[in-house]
Amino acid sequence: MSANIRKIVVQVDETLNEMGEAVSPPTRRAVAAAVIDNPHAGQFVKDLAALTEIGVELGDLLTKRCLAALAIGPEQAESFGKAAIVGEGGELEHAAAILHPKMGTPVRAALIKGPALIPSAKKMGGMGTPIDVPLGHKDAAYVRSHFDAVEIRVHDAPRRAEIVVAIAVTDSGRPHPRIGGLQKHEIKGEDGLR
Amino acid sequence: MSSLIDIRRICTITEEIRRETGPAPGHLLKRAAVLAVLTNPYAGRYEPDILPMMEALKAPGLEMAKRCIGALGGDAKSIAGYGKGAIVGEAGELEHGALWHVPGGYAMRELLGNAKAIVPSAKKVGGPGARLDVPITHINASYVRSHFDAMEVGVPGHPRADELVLVLVMTTGARIHERVGGLKASEISVWDGQR
Repeated sequence: MSANIRKIVVQVDETLNEMGEAVSPPTRRAVAAAVIDNPHAGQFVKDLAALTEIGVELGDLLTKRCLAALAIGPEQAESFGKAAIVGEGGELEHAAAILHPKMGTPVRAALIKGPALIPSAKKMGGMGTPIDVPLGHKDAAYVRSHFDAVEIRVHDAPRRAEIVVAIAVTDSGRPHPRIGGLQKHEIKGEDGLR
Repeated sequence: MSSLIDIRRICTITEEIRRETGPAPGHLLKRAAVLAVLTNPYAGRYEPDILPMMEALKAPGLEMAKRCIGALGGDAKSIAGYGKGAIVGEAGELEHGALWHVPGGYAMRELLGNAKAIVPSAKKVGGPGARLDVPITHINASYVRSHFDAMEVGVPGHPRADELVLVLVMTTGARIHERVGGLKASEISVWDGQR
């Protein structure tokens, strides 16, 4: 089953100055969200494989939308994250079925590389519910400058029988990172952690 | 306690999830969050060296982690998932929220028997009443699929402009009706914090 997409929302958040100090290059975070029909709304369905396949499709689509919004190639992407909001006719587990079993593979393929865990969040919500998409460096989860999150909301979604699925990609860490820890130039990029 | 630490309010939230759509679940899921509202000592200016606050947060971090375990019944062995987060008031910087990573994360890991997994996190700058989705993973292996979750939290009226809201979240188990496969908690074998 392919996703029945009602709308796609893409947002780019670019921070140029923080506390009077220029951020150079700017911190840039893109989020692409798709509003899809929830084929299992209103009923308890045991096998969620259809949603898992939708996760594959959206992993590819939304990651590429983020890269396009940032006007960068995959080699310039630095951190990533994913999230879903399930409308009230669904179950939290529907978000899990989209996000976890298979979505990572197309996301990593679109970014060429990304051995780290893709951080995630999920919730139930009504129209306009915001969600904080957690962010981590795609090559090493412990890169401290890239621990972050980006909020997105779609004002008219999710309706009762819809799910909002979001992927975030950045080309930078937080503005003015200065709390130490593993730095991005120290990444080994083998085990997903460091 | 350090002069950098001024706790104005502590809010504890506990959730007990008894059923979802479908059949009665075999277990009860409990989730708890402890949120501390602190004065942001760096509000209103650009302070290059903020690391003293990171050190000063160690003691309140441990205190909050203890409260969170207490909110779930007091048995550290019953804790299976965790996460952390920060909301920075409008006179502060996102980076001030990042100060919470080390003291918040290591306090929980220590009290939970040197938990192996990186503590997932989220942060934002927000106004009074801002909500935050705190991501959650299994405490010993980030890839345990049944425990991926998030908890929405916030403190009514906070953070004010010169405040920080720091958050710890713990859970007692998997999502209700977890059924999307993947690594199970019973299959953790590598002990690298991931699998």
